Amino acid sequence: MSFFRHPTRLALATGLLLSATAHAQSKAPTLDANGLQQLRQQIDELKRSYDNRIQALEAQLQQAQQQLTQQAAQQQSTAAAVAAVTAVPAAPNSVMDTATAADSAGAAFSSANRFNPAVALILTGGYAGLSKSPDTWQLSGFLPNGGEVGPGKRGFSLGESELTLSANIDHLFYGAITLAVSGEDTISAEEAFVQTTALPAGLKVKAGRFYAGLGYLNEQHAHTWDFIDAPLSYQAFFGGQFKQEGVQARWVLPLERYVELGLELGNGHGFPGSERDRNGAGATVLTARTGGDIGFSHSWRAGASWLQTRADGREWTSTDPLDATTTYTNTFSGRSRVWALDGVWKWAPNGNGQVTNFKLQGEYFRRTETGQVAFDTASLNSIDGYRSAQSGWYLQGVYQFMPQWRVGLRHDRLDSGRNDFGVNALSLALPSYNPKRDTVMLDWSPSEYSRWRLQLSDDRARQGVTDHQIFLQYQMSLGAHGAHSY
Amino acid sequence: MTNKTSLLGLSLALASIALPSHALKVVACEPEWGALTQELAGEHASIYVATSALQDPHNIQARPSLIAAVRNAELLVCTGAELEVGWLPVLLRQAGNGAVRPGQLGMFYAADFVRKLEVPTRLDRADGDVHASGNPHIQTDPRNIAAVAPALAKRLSELDPAHAADYAKRLADFQTRWGQATQRWTQAAAPLKGLPIVVQHKGFPYLENWLGLQQVATLEPKPGVEPSSSHLSSVLTRLQQQPAKIIVRAAYNDGRSAQWLADRTQLPVAVLPFTVGGSERAKDLFGLFDDTVDILLKAAK
Repeated sequence: MSFFRHPTRLALATGLLLSATAHAQSKAPTLDANGLQQLRQQIDELKRSYDNRIQALEAQLQQAQQQLTQQAAQQQSTAAAVAAVTAVPAAPNSVMDTATAADSAGAAFSSANRFNPAVALILTGGYAGLSKSPDTWQLSGFLPNGGEVGPGKRGFSLGESELTLSANIDHLFYGAITLAVSGEDTISAEEAFVQTTALPAGLKVKAGRFYAGLGYLNEQHAHTWDFIDAPLSYQAFFGGQFKQEGVQARWVLPLERYVELGLELGNGHGFPGSERDRNGAGATVLTARTGGDIGFSHSWRAGASWLQTRADGREWTSTDPLDATTTYTNTFSGRSRVWALDGVWKWAPNGNGQVTNFKLQGEYFRRTETGQVAFDTASLNSIDGYRSAQSGWYLQGVYQFMPQWRVGLRHDRLDSGRNDFGVNALSLALPSYNPKRDTVMLDWSPSEYSRWRLQLSDDRARQGVTDHQIFLQYQMSLGAHGAHSY
Repeated sequence: MTNKTSLLGLSLALASIALPSHALKVVACEPEWGALTQELAGEHASIYVATSALQDPHNIQARPSLIAAVRNAELLVCTGAELEVGWLPVLLRQAGNGAVRPGQLGMFYAADFVRKLEVPTRLDRADGDVHASGNPHIQTDPRNIAAVAPALAKRLSELDPAHAADYAKRLADFQTRWGQATQRWTQAAAPLKGLPIVVQHKGFPYLENWLGLQQVATLEPKPGVEPSSSHLSSVLTRLQQQPAKIIVRAAYNDGRSAQWLADRTQLPVAVLPFTVGGSERAKDLFGLFDDTVDILLKAAK
């Protein structure tokens, strides 16, 4: 294993000696203690640089040899590998270039796969024990919305598996897609967007399908939530999460404090809007956020956001107040506006949450709708004005009391508020009821990549009914290391 | 009178345009790079350090304050080698600052200029939170700091050519002082050669490589996985066959598992500052190594 037995090393060592001598000669007349010191360091640097280079070369050689053997076994031409061996890039001439040189040298040998996007996969599933049938689940006092609402199915079930592919597209754009495979074997694009990376002055523009900048949780994927299900407010006002298809512009202001403003224009197809046969934007979202630190241990973020969207014949089914077996199809056309206020506060001793940390978050929503409701579109088709003003909030705290273990508590509440159906009041009247839910959660994360969760809820979404719910859930993250937003 | 006032006002306004000592806005991901930038840039840079020595650099919240800092930065000085992979990409995407994207002059990864140790031959999460490009905790060997310094100085002068001469002067001055200090530390730590140690997290391969320390066990069963009692018991058993002299942990590590082992083995625990700010004496890079070497020597006695 002599250093000089290796021809490459011998050549490099000779080069090293030569360049070192040349250097020493040029400096020789002014050598003093400092000069000597500098010279030593320069030689050290050279050594380091050559060491790096030798390492890179050795790796290349190894790779090339592997390729050669593989190809020989397959009785294929070895020309490519030989070409690869001879195509070693010119030796970098300063220590500052070695890292990049090593990288690009490695790339010369690999296939086009090197440019494949980062792949991250979330696997989730679990068990739900519900004291009441989920088929009867509804939010009393609120119009049904047909979204991803309710506690889900009883018993074991596969949750939503998420596959995210993301990469820089070029020097200007970043792109990502998140495909969700539901337990019912349907595939949907949860998000699919491109985003600018090179705009100046804190500006970003996003286009495609993306979660709107409403409130705090809306922009986060379900696997980053601290509870298994979305707060009742999200279920009531957005049918789960509100997605935009359109464009988003965000601007982080040039201030020492974080202040970010956002504007979104979307097609407004998602609830509370509906598909419309129109040009132009259907949904507009305005977002404003700020936040900061208090010492090392505390940080916070607060935001206000506003959504205006339009529905054109948004359908729902109602049952006859006197005869539960008769159902009617009804539609709403008009304007829907949602105000959202959100706040989150995190604590960790000295900002190090490894052992203990605490997170408090809360959001408030208020939705007003004005327009026309058509009752029983199939036959009677009685049309009259409709106005509603409803609100809801939740507050939750999650405490990590020891490494890997967290406990959480959440309170949900909705206010069915005012619903004015005009002449259709008798047929469509909603009960005046404030759905409530209390939830406790315990989870265990043996590593950053896996989590097991137990959740108990007392769900009083249905008037006069309490549903005792127990959930068990696993959440696993495979592949690229995901970075999580605040 | 009016004329004089307006003249005064005008000259003040001009002064504020002509004079402002524009300091390069630098965000250092870890305190050691903040300290190195301070050494090399002095008053030419205003430095925001994103993390503290009491925080685990793998696990940082992408907080609003950090988004604002990255948004305003002209240069980010980070470790790289995937150390910040859990938070920096989010900050970069949210801050919307094209000047500090990877590949731009404004993004400086220190680990690019250092020969990395523990480059894994296989990548499998069953091995814990391994970093594909090698161990990222490069700041525990002063020779690595010496390797990063000229590259950082070059980057500073590329971004701020007006002060290039000053950066070169400061670099030369730093290199002289650092070279002498490294010699001093290496000599002082000579008795530590071959010392068998237990570490909490695999955070010290560069320190071990520099001083010839011998790591015989880790308290974390896998990198990034909290020490479990069953693993600690197996470490205890292993130490009976292969004894160690000291237990080493970083200031940011939870001290309980190291203490548990210390109680059962009577081994001293060396709490190393790990980075600038990790101890009373580690006020700058020189203090960091003064203290590190002294703590190790004291514990090994």
